[in-house]
Amino acid sequence: MSNANNSLERVQASLARRYRAERRFVWYGRLAVMFALLFVVILFTDIISKGAGAFRLTYARLDITFDPALIGVNDLSDRAVVAAGDWDSLVKTAARARFDGVSGRKAKRELNALFSSGAGYDLKDLLLENPAWLGQTKSLWLLVDDDIDTYFKSRLDGEAYAARVSERQIDWIDQLVEDGDMELRFNQTFFTRGDSREPEQAGIRGALVGSLFTLLVAFCLSFPIGVGAAVYLEEFAPKSRWTEFIEVNINNLAAVPSIIFGMLGLAVFINFFGVPRSIPLLGGMVLTLMTLPTIIITSRAAIKSVPPSIREAALGMGASRHQVVLHHVLPLALPGMLTGAIIGMAQALGETAPLLMIGMIAFIVDVPTGMMDTATVLPVQIFLWSDSPERAFVEKTSAAIMVLLGFLIVMNMAAVLIRKRLERRW
Amino acid sequence: MELNSTALSILILAAVAFYLARGRSLTAARQLGGIRHLHSLPVYYGMQAALWCGLPGLILLGAWFAFSGPLINGWVMAGVAEQSATLTGSGYNLTLAKITNVAAGVLPVDSVDPVIAAAAQNMQSLREQGNSFVSYGLVALSLLGLLWGWQLVSPEHRARHGVEKVFQLLLLGCACLAILTTLGIVLSVLFESIQFFETVPISEFVFGSNWSPQTAIRVDQVGSSGAFGAIPLFTGTLLISAVAMVVAVPIGLMSAIYLAEYADRRFRDYAKPSLEILAGIPTVVYGFFAALTVAPFVRDVGSSIGLSVSSESALAAGGVMGIMIIPFISSLADDVITAVPQSLRDGSLAMGATRSETVRRVVIPAALPGIVGGVLLAVSRAIGETMIVVMAAGLAARLTANPLESVTTVTVQMVTLLVGDQEFDSPKTLAAFALGLMLFITTLMLNVVALYVVKKYREQYE
Repeated sequence: MSNANNSLERVQASLARRYRAERRFVWYGRLAVMFALLFVVILFTDIISKGAGAFRLTYARLDITFDPALIGVNDLSDRAVVAAGDWDSLVKTAARARFDGVSGRKAKRELNALFSSGAGYDLKDLLLENPAWLGQTKSLWLLVDDDIDTYFKSRLDGEAYAARVSERQIDWIDQLVEDGDMELRFNQTFFTRGDSREPEQAGIRGALVGSLFTLLVAFCLSFPIGVGAAVYLEEFAPKSRWTEFIEVNINNLAAVPSIIFGMLGLAVFINFFGVPRSIPLLGGMVLTLMTLPTIIITSRAAIKSVPPSIREAALGMGASRHQVVLHHVLPLALPGMLTGAIIGMAQALGETAPLLMIGMIAFIVDVPTGMMDTATVLPVQIFLWSDSPERAFVEKTSAAIMVLLGFLIVMNMAAVLIRKRLERRW
Repeated sequence: MELNSTALSILILAAVAFYLARGRSLTAARQLGGIRHLHSLPVYYGMQAALWCGLPGLILLGAWFAFSGPLINGWVMAGVAEQSATLTGSGYNLTLAKITNVAAGVLPVDSVDPVIAAAAQNMQSLREQGNSFVSYGLVALSLLGLLWGWQLVSPEHRARHGVEKVFQLLLLGCACLAILTTLGIVLSVLFESIQFFETVPISEFVFGSNWSPQTAIRVDQVGSSGAFGAIPLFTGTLLISAVAMVVAVPIGLMSAIYLAEYADRRFRDYAKPSLEILAGIPTVVYGFFAALTVAPFVRDVGSSIGLSVSSESALAAGGVMGIMIIPFISSLADDVITAVPQSLRDGSLAMGATRSETVRRVVIPAALPGIVGGVLLAVSRAIGETMIVVMAAGLAARLTANPLESVTTVTVQMVTLLVGDQEFDSPKTLAAFALGLMLFITTLMLNVVALYVVKKYREQYE
């Protein structure tokens, strides 16, 4: 009797401590979830706050006189002459006319440094589009240099970053702003051009097109092969050591570090088969090998979810096993397989390391036009820009990340939608 | 004839074969009084003819496309070696590159010595002859296949069986690609590593503690040999992975426990996909975040409390890597925790245990093998992770256990050694493959053990 009382007392005495432990434990769990979710928020705000500025660029307005004597071009149809023309002098002359009293080498150099080094070529393109302008004076918006762009944007935010601009340049900028001749405009360049050493002229078009070609190759190879392998393993494979060996291989490949696939591409595709470096075809092949395990595993799950009664009914009607698979199992499993393929492609779109190994890291200005053109891809472009010392590239990098994340979100949403719309619950 | 147009003509021939053979089977059926008098459906006769016509041609064409380069190079170089016996080692690749460039028209013919010019011409003509021979031969072969497929059509012929067998073989081929990939990985890292271990002894590589892989351009230059002791790389990798695990394991595990055992359904439905977002973010984004936001933050915090923290500290890179791994651990742990039978929990609760006591004393021990397997997989993930460390960790190999210092990792060195144009047979590039071999072996062992443990665990409660 006293013994029972004793243990009851002991339990009751410990209850407060045990409940405290219980509450503490729940709080650890809550904190863990909160921390992880908080991090998602921090990451996105950090990237967006850094990159939002890159979608707008600073432009300055100048009165440009397309003087044939100045550029040394009289006939716009002669390509060689046009290419040799002194287009920069258009900008220089117009700038000197805009601000009077600029004398001395240093001042002139600083004045020219206000504008992007590509501004002259932009004017050339404009003139080629409107040949009638030759000899006329037009008021045009020109790209400014990235240091000026950074200064102007930081000034608008209230905290001017003037480390890379001179007093004189600030005076000129003040004048331009006062006359309404300097403003932020939508950054078209970012979406229409390839890479450049000058941040204000750099765009992601080249990388986007490269990513598109690479993914196209990867999808065209990995989806049929992945589905084929999944069908074989689920529907036809005998229970043998060989089959088991294949399964072990697939599961292991899914966990092999991606950089190893890059080494495989380098040693086998480039050095043995002599495939040229840096092309989307090669990138696509390497990414195919990398995403295949994912696609095979999800496709197998999709095939497994088709109930056996469907197969039995079809077999009962006299269909062969191949007909059962082709006419019944595959159509029913397709949404699940597509979901898996899209998730695999999203993984491939964000992959960087193996592509570094096969040389897709080269500096490429031109937008690729085919599978065999040298190209780079979006994540590699992000890596390249993040390595650049210019401050303006930080903004570009974040903006490119936003574009990449945007694509990933769209792909994942598509996967979820396909699953919700088309997948049947049995 | 171009190889592309050869492939196209073979495909067109196959389509023609399909329609001819199907038409023939339909005519035969009409004479007999209906399709039911045929052994197989007309589609199968068509498919059979198309396969006979197209498959051999396309397979041989693919083989030629893949292997003609190495083959022709071999023939050409054999011819060159007969004329000048001085070609060995790196001279071989150099001469080959020269010949290829001359043949492609990149180098002018008169700038090289006559042996190479002749070899280039030889290469050019071999390529052209080979291509046209293969093209015409394969088209002729396809025509033969078409005829054969067409004459096979007869009401008794079992076309479906043949076609299905071929497709089954194709599917088997798809499945075997996984084995080929593994084989390719093993062979590619192994061959180059063996070459590397011929110049640098394996014991020096595995047990050496000095890593400075720069090799000299001239033989007599100071420090020309380079040092390939990989211990600092291994410790650096372990340090960063350990930091990552310290972040990821408690947070991942606790959030999995909370979501599986405590959270109500609605919170769980929102929180789980939100956590999965972390898994979907590309590593290059984490790398950028680690290098530009976390590392400066860690450094500033460190200096404000009087610690000197490197701006490429292992803490920043490892911490961000840990955050990347959180969803990986939490989803694996969630799987194994929900797989623990409810009866175990009920038994413990009925004995008067609180829920946290149930989790700690009953659920976790029951789920332990699965959790350990998940953690092992996560470790292998951390060791092989590349972009975060390339962007946020250092380059200098340092033997230290202090997470505030900068260390380098195996993957960082692989990237720095292989990115850019390098001579392919210098020890510097080969060292990258030796590191790759180490990485592959380590992750493979971790994966095999982890997958085995997880599988055994699943079987236990099934």
